[in-house]
Amino acid sequence: MGNGCDLELISLTKKYGDALAVDQINARFTAGKYVCLLGPSGCGKSSTLRMIAGHEDVTEGSILLDGVDVSHLPPAKRGTAMMFQSYALFPHLNVRDNVAFSLRMKGQDKASRHATANELLDLVDMMALADRMPAQLSGGQQQRVALARALVTKPKVLLLDEPLSALDPFLRIRMRAELKKLQRELGITFIHVTHGQDEALALGDELVVMNNAVIEQSGPARDVWSAPKTEFVARFMGGHNVINWNGTKVALRADDVHLGATGLAATVTSVEYQGSQVALNTRTETGEAVLALISDQTFFDTPKNPGDAVLLSWDEGRLHRLQA
Amino acid sequence: MRTPRNIIAYLQAAPLMAVLLTFLIAPILMIIVVSFWGATEFSIYPAFQFDNYAFLFGSPVTYKVFFATFKYALITWVFTLSIGFTVAYFLAFHVRTQVMQTALFLLCTIPFLTSNIIRMISWIPFLGRNGIANQTLISWGVIDEPLEWLLYSDFSVILAFVHLYTLFMVVPIFNTMMRIDRSLIEAAYDNGASGLQTLWHVIVPLTKPGIMIGTIFVVTLVMGDFITVRFMSGSQKANVGRLISNDISLLQYPSAAATAVVLLCTVLLVIGILLRFVNIRKEL
Repeated sequence: MGNGCDLELISLTKKYGDALAVDQINARFTAGKYVCLLGPSGCGKSSTLRMIAGHEDVTEGSILLDGVDVSHLPPAKRGTAMMFQSYALFPHLNVRDNVAFSLRMKGQDKASRHATANELLDLVDMMALADRMPAQLSGGQQQRVALARALVTKPKVLLLDEPLSALDPFLRIRMRAELKKLQRELGITFIHVTHGQDEALALGDELVVMNNAVIEQSGPARDVWSAPKTEFVARFMGGHNVINWNGTKVALRADDVHLGATGLAATVTSVEYQGSQVALNTRTETGEAVLALISDQTFFDTPKNPGDAVLLSWDEGRLHRLQA
Repeated sequence: MRTPRNIIAYLQAAPLMAVLLTFLIAPILMIIVVSFWGATEFSIYPAFQFDNYAFLFGSPVTYKVFFATFKYALITWVFTLSIGFTVAYFLAFHVRTQVMQTALFLLCTIPFLTSNIIRMISWIPFLGRNGIANQTLISWGVIDEPLEWLLYSDFSVILAFVHLYTLFMVVPIFNTMMRIDRSLIEAAYDNGASGLQTLWHVIVPLTKPGIMIGTIFVVTLVMGDFITVRFMSGSQKANVGRLISNDISLLQYPSAAATAVVLLCTVLLVIGILLRFVNIRKEL
């Protein structure tokens, strides 16, 4: 049952001329969830986000927020706020004025809008740099300011367009922890577009995997990862082997593949040490590539080299049939 | 190893230095030197005296003419800025495709393929007493008598200035606008700014360097002009450029040089003041 601010997409479609960017997608996001829209570039995830934000016209279908059709409202009237990929901070305004921009547009006086801006800068821990110009900030700091600016409008839904892609890997992991923490504190819906499955798994309560303008699979993060419905999802989420088994395509988690005394004969093609585990790429006699993730302990008890013959086995129950 | 590298650097800068020294610094120095010379009705003699300046600053004509020059510059600036900004805004934000943008931009420059003088003179048959403008207005019944102020007036001078120099506003403003990140406009809308608010609070501040460069172009061109004022006013109006050109035609070089020096200082002062407002360095 929907409580207050559920976001619902109904046969949402976007066409650019004849090109179909988003094809009649339906989705319902429960209020207060961290949702990750995931997919390869060009899959329609950004168009979807931009339609929700109101920066892209809806070709067909509608967007309901809180039970109200917002598909044709201007961005600021929807109860959504967007954080842009490049952060889009106004270069001519200092940090505080950037955050207070929307309040200024509403005609609030300087003192009260600066007070509100300061509260939000406090929230993102940027109070000390409030008088700096955006160009004087690092990428991570700019992101915090962008976040504060988006939150100052008190949105019901915060839309994040690949927010971490401009950061270096170390900072990315730190910022994603902060995003998650902030979302928990605020309790509002975050919709986060990303093409990185690790980022989506780390952050998302719910994942929506898109490909070729449609939703391939959506649901709680764990369901999507452990039970991919299609070959695309299995391959895109990673950590899965997709193999032909008794005439159908099945997915098999790479960490469920064991090396044993019996099983499917295969040849090791490469070995990759990953620390706590070792990735063993193998090729079966029928030419299928199978990845086995083995704990480092097990591997180094009986090390294998490329070219070695191995026998692959798994529990029959771990095979997971895919939709054609 | 420092010296050879230094020498190489100086050598690399030398050609430009030579050009600037010969064609910019030396002539200006020459003008400054000559401005202190003396002159009689029939001769010029080297000297170091302040007679020319004393005469210049003592004459009420000078102040009138400088005032007229500033007036032309200011009014022309207002019109070129408003037209230039509008055209640049349309090109940068309303024309969607880059091909169309380039095509329209080139269209703007087409009038500039003809010479300044020809473009100026073309106004004369249009604005004249029995010109196209007056005849059309009479035939429409808007006026009964031909308008006298259309030609050979401040109106025609400023019209010609605006016509000649608007492109110098369009180009730098368009350039700056094209560099504005489009997501900033979206961010402004996302933050609830209306179209006008976005224009005033985002686009105008970010276009300031372009506006400033255009302003410098227009102000220097108008303040240094003499031919437009002469042709379009039918020699009835004066600005500093005409003062200088008159002196030259009377072979009063020292007096012309002194006026030129004062004009140069004035223009530099104006630009100096303009640059205090906006930092254009990042645009260059």
